[in-house]
Amino acid sequence: MSDTKEKKDMTQVKLSGRDILQDILSSSILRIVIAILLAFVFGLLLVIFTNARVLESLPNFFGNPGEFFAAASSSIGAFFEAFFKGAIFNPNGKTVEAQFRPLTESLRFAGPLIAAGLGVALTFRVGMFNIGAMGQILFGSAFAAYASFQFHLPVGVHLVVAVIFGLIGASIWSAIAGWLKAQTGAHEVIVTIMMNYIALNLVTYAMRTDILNPGATSTTPQAHAPDPNAVLPLLLGPGFKIHWGFILVLASVAVYWWLMEKSSIGFKFRAVGFNPDAAKTAGINVKRIYVLSMAFSGLFVGIAAVNQTLGDSLRITPGIDGGIGFEAITVALLGGSNAIGVLLAGLLFGAMKATGPAMQSAGVSPDILSVVQGLIILFVAAPPLIKAMFRLPNQRSTIAIDAPTTNKSHKKAKALKEAGVDSATKAEATEEGSEK
Amino acid sequence: MKLELRDITKRFGSLVANDSINLTVESGQIHALLGENGAGKSTLMNVLFGLYTPEEGQILLDDEEVTFSGPGEAMAAGIGMVHQHFMLVPVFTVAENVILGHEPTKAGGVLDLGAARKLVRDLGQKFGFDIDPDALVADLPVGVQQRVEIIKALSRNAKILVLDEPTAVLTPQETDELMEIMRELAKSGTSIVFITHKLREVKAVADTITIIRHGKVVGEASPDASTHELATMMVGHDIQLIVDKADREPGEVALEVDNLTVFDVNNQKVLDDVSFDVRNGEILAIAGVQGNGQTELVEALVGLANKVKGEIKLYGEPIQSASVKKILDAGVGYIPEDRKIDGLVGDFSIAENLMLDRSNGKPFVGGFFTIDTKFRDQFARERIEEFDIRTQSEKTLAGRLSGGNQQKVVVARELSRDLKLLLASQPTRGVDVGSIEFIHERIVAVRDAGLPVVIVSTELDEVLALADRIAVMYKGRIVDIVPGKTERAKLGQLMAGVQE
Amino acid sequence: MTLERQFDAAAPIQWKMPIILSVAALVILGFFGFGVDSNDVVFRWSNDTDAIVLANTAINAQLLGIVLGAISVLAAAASIWFAARRKQVPWYLSLIVGFSFIVGLISSVGVGTNVNVVFILSSTVALSTVIVFGSLAGIIGERVGVVNIAIEGQLLMGAFVAAFLGTITGSLWVALIAATLGGALVSMVLAVFSIKYLVDQIIVGVVLNVLVSGITAFFFSTVMSKNGVGTNFPGTFPIISIPFLSDIPVIGPVLFSQRLTTYLMFILVPLVWFVLFKTKLGLRLRSMGEHPLAADTVGLNVNRTRFWAVTLAGLIAGLGGAALTVGSVGSFVKEMSAGQGFIALAVVILGRWHPIYAAAAALLFGFAGTFRIWAVQAGAEIPSDLIQTTPYLVTLLAVTILVGKSVAPASVGKAYEKQ
Repeated sequence: MSDTKEKKDMTQVKLSGRDILQDILSSSILRIVIAILLAFVFGLLLVIFTNARVLESLPNFFGNPGEFFAAASSSIGAFFEAFFKGAIFNPNGKTVEAQFRPLTESLRFAGPLIAAGLGVALTFRVGMFNIGAMGQILFGSAFAAYASFQFHLPVGVHLVVAVIFGLIGASIWSAIAGWLKAQTGAHEVIVTIMMNYIALNLVTYAMRTDILNPGATSTTPQAHAPDPNAVLPLLLGPGFKIHWGFILVLASVAVYWWLMEKSSIGFKFRAVGFNPDAAKTAGINVKRIYVLSMAFSGLFVGIAAVNQTLGDSLRITPGIDGGIGFEAITVALLGGSNAIGVLLAGLLFGAMKATGPAMQSAGVSPDILSVVQGLIILFVAAPPLIKAMFRLPNQRSTIAIDAPTTNKSHKKAKALKEAGVDSATKAEATEEGSEK
Repeated sequence: MKLELRDITKRFGSLVANDSINLTVESGQIHALLGENGAGKSTLMNVLFGLYTPEEGQILLDDEEVTFSGPGEAMAAGIGMVHQHFMLVPVFTVAENVILGHEPTKAGGVLDLGAARKLVRDLGQKFGFDIDPDALVADLPVGVQQRVEIIKALSRNAKILVLDEPTAVLTPQETDELMEIMRELAKSGTSIVFITHKLREVKAVADTITIIRHGKVVGEASPDASTHELATMMVGHDIQLIVDKADREPGEVALEVDNLTVFDVNNQKVLDDVSFDVRNGEILAIAGVQGNGQTELVEALVGLANKVKGEIKLYGEPIQSASVKKILDAGVGYIPEDRKIDGLVGDFSIAENLMLDRSNGKPFVGGFFTIDTKFRDQFARERIEEFDIRTQSEKTLAGRLSGGNQQKVVVARELSRDLKLLLASQPTRGVDVGSIEFIHERIVAVRDAGLPVVIVSTELDEVLALADRIAVMYKGRIVDIVPGKTERAKLGQLMAGVQE
Repeated sequence: MTLERQFDAAAPIQWKMPIILSVAALVILGFFGFGVDSNDVVFRWSNDTDAIVLANTAINAQLLGIVLGAISVLAAAASIWFAARRKQVPWYLSLIVGFSFIVGLISSVGVGTNVNVVFILSSTVALSTVIVFGSLAGIIGERVGVVNIAIEGQLLMGAFVAAFLGTITGSLWVALIAATLGGALVSMVLAVFSIKYLVDQIIVGVVLNVLVSGITAFFFSTVMSKNGVGTNFPGTFPIISIPFLSDIPVIGPVLFSQRLTTYLMFILVPLVWFVLFKTKLGLRLRSMGEHPLAADTVGLNVNRTRFWAVTLAGLIAGLGGAALTVGSVGSFVKEMSAGQGFIALAVVILGRWHPIYAAAAALLFGFAGTFRIWAVQAGAEIPSDLIQTTPYLVTLLAVTILVGKSVAPASVGKAYEKQ
């Protein structure tokens, strides 16, 4: 079979620039736009068919279809109005500040999503699946919170120290997962999930005791408020909640781009992600890369933790993660694990998050937005599905998501090898593998 | 059963893997299908077995046309196949593997393993091999695994048995035994299609020979045809595997290996007390049937082995516990045996692959960990020129190159470093003839520059063409180290572990 | 490549297991034995209202701990003996140490008070039911070669559909069937995307969890929260006490006085084991998780079989969802699966892809949850937040130290592409 495979490779050499038009048509950008629109359509259908007025009009649909369409369009209208007012611009605001606040709120919500998304994306590029952003945020937050009130340092210094503490906290927790994978070969998905729960309980414990909550009177877990010196200053003055944390996020986007696209560290990361065997053979210490990349990933997630702890909620609780850990995975997936993609995906999801209160007051449950998010990823993840739905031309790369799937060809070659010639290496067959 | 293939054409994209191939296998005959790697033999058999659908052509069994949409239908029609990579589940027992897909059951779909064991024993007795039906396949030697595959096919009443490169993993002795089994099967009326690129085996066992080149049948031959004649038909021109290689007096000892023992991840000993040395300006070839510890030996030399005992010295420096990076930085060039798995990152460009083992510091990495892309691309363009890598640009992904060109990328990368020792494992496996010559010349040039070279090859032709000395391995040990001009027969004996 | 076995003698010794057992034995001896006050602990075997009342057992907790510790030390010593001779450490030694550890832990916390054995055991079963269903779904999926990260979503969907349709139709049976279909629907999406469209299985799984959590939360807040009685009040299956069997002390109330969903779990665990390891279907399923190409070349349809196996797995996970609502509290609550689907995934590994071992591993999680509740009541000194981390730590320990990679089905997580 190997000979045919080789020939297939040869045919691919002949593919040249002749399909440029097709390439644009079938580019991932178009597909992502379609996926997003499609997801919103499905989401809207849910909104329409759970709307009380629409449901009332349904039994009499044939008698009075007008009422149905009126009800449906009014609920669609409410949805988009709430979205616009909640995420971009509120024309009803009493002041100019109030009118523009939704836009800054979107950015504020997007910040931690982008940073954590970069962290998850980084591990995707190394061929790993870091589900542990939640635990890393918790640890980073705990570290940042600790530094923010236990130390008393001068203006400027204190903030820097607290930020660094947050980054280190998240990075340590993340690196432990990488170390466990490197040393024992345990799958990082299970390891990081378990570490999420452990982090949650440890941080809760710390918030019930003097570690994070000295002089507490109730048993409700909550951290002490940070010193004013350790709080991220507001970016646009008191009229807006957005703070300097967002600048940190933008800086981390730039750092991520340099790290992954330009640096020799990123080169090794990508080599390991695409083909760990070849990387190892070329003298790259794959185990060290696993630890190092998880540590770097933790630094980015730490930016999210710092945003949450020193910027937004000033007395943090065990719920500080606020779902960011898991949403970061969707951000990284939608963003194709590259810097600009993650930035844009984070902005989109941040805007959706910011519309929550406006949705609520418009009578639409904000939960619809997580449905839309899930659908977007699902549609983006399956290019053939979108293609089949819209009869787009065939594209050359079938995987839009630049995630752990990227080392497919290598995995396949390896699977063949494992299945075939070297089947004898799997000598450690288990008793229960084949019960007698 | 008589098998006839008429005008079979199978395309992959723009490539024609099989170009209207005609083949007739008479009942009870051993029909050899001879061709180079990549000639389209396996594709043809996968068409026959229902794994591929041909664009054109017919398959006839006993003069009746049949079409198969999958292997299940092919098997039901009486075709059995022993694949090059065994299709056995390692953690299943022999009996479970044999019955998979046509399981004897008791009431309610419960497996009848008693019947399965009996089936295995009966078939084994009939053809004279004794296999424990309850043994786990993973625990069996490859030769025995192959017999399990044959039993698997026979248990489905195969009338036509296709053997795809069956001797690649066998010792010469096991190969002889396999040929005996083939003759036995043919005598009992089974037709056999024997796919191979090894001329000696074809001449030993085949009744008829069909030669395939570049997806086309280029001729038929009888086993009395001379080796030279067959080889010329197979390759298309006079093959000359003899590289121009002047005799050369080797220099001082460069690499010393003393009592080297290696354990794999399961703590099994895979290399057992191996000792040898290599001198400057000398090519030491490590010969042996695949899977006798050669891979493990080379991996140990380059620092990839799991656990090592003993000593490896490069110019007097012990390196047995050094990291891969240290060893590569010390000037060891390494061409791994499987370029797709260990040699290249398929999703990286040629330029990126050419800097794969030099991603620390100069010349590829400039200040503050930043890659000097200008230098990288310039370097890549020069190597593409120098090593005749056929590609559009240095930005082409390595995975999209042909096998020969991929191998040239690996060779270019390793030879463009400041070398103290070259290790080349299967340097020309799956590579077209033109590239083979090129790569061989390059390896000899390294030796002529006064450097020590170790090559590993399972192809005796390659070993004989390149070696100054030959170390033969069998079951994790070096059986003997002999001069480069040793006779084939003698080498064959050593490869089977026989020592006077 | 493996050479003949005679070389084994020279292989390095495996010290992992003896070290773990020795450490555990010393903990038992030190913390649960010598470290405990010399006071009585009372084990209560039955309630006063039971048909057969067993007398309580009072025993000196320190003495008990020392005895258990001594037994464990012996077991650890035996494991060293085996390891030094390069033999596999027998499983029963780990069992002895594990059992001693749990009994020692309980008696050291319960010193000076009562230990209600029946409560601990029944609560352990109750808290592990959903995890067992989830892990069965995980095992079937992974045995056939598909990682089912969406168990969490399947549980949640099952729970939601059971509560919703159960309330609307007023039938618990409808609730049960709807739950299985809900779970199956989610896993069918997983199957289509990962098998047909070749999307990475882990990605689809994670996304499906997000999606199901969103959908159920949306319906919960738009429909159920407005009309709880009409849409989210299904009631629960009654507790069925099996005559005579339920009167057996200790075992009776734990095993034979349960709801239908729990009995279903008792049946499904051995059933899944039987089907996987003893039947034709099981052989075929397992072959596809190990070597799909081999299955294909003997004429089996790998992708179709994988599809239906994953669907079946979702069906079982859906039952687990039903156990959350109609098998336990009745009403649906947002995010009520609370990560049990992920724990089930860990249990699959801990149980080495084997239904019966996995059920045992799930009991460990059930016990940890129970212990936390009980230890707080018994006035334990260890903070409950820290106790809560134990099952996760144990899982982490297990997947990193005890279970190597070698036992997982070889082709799990890899899509099978036909040429």
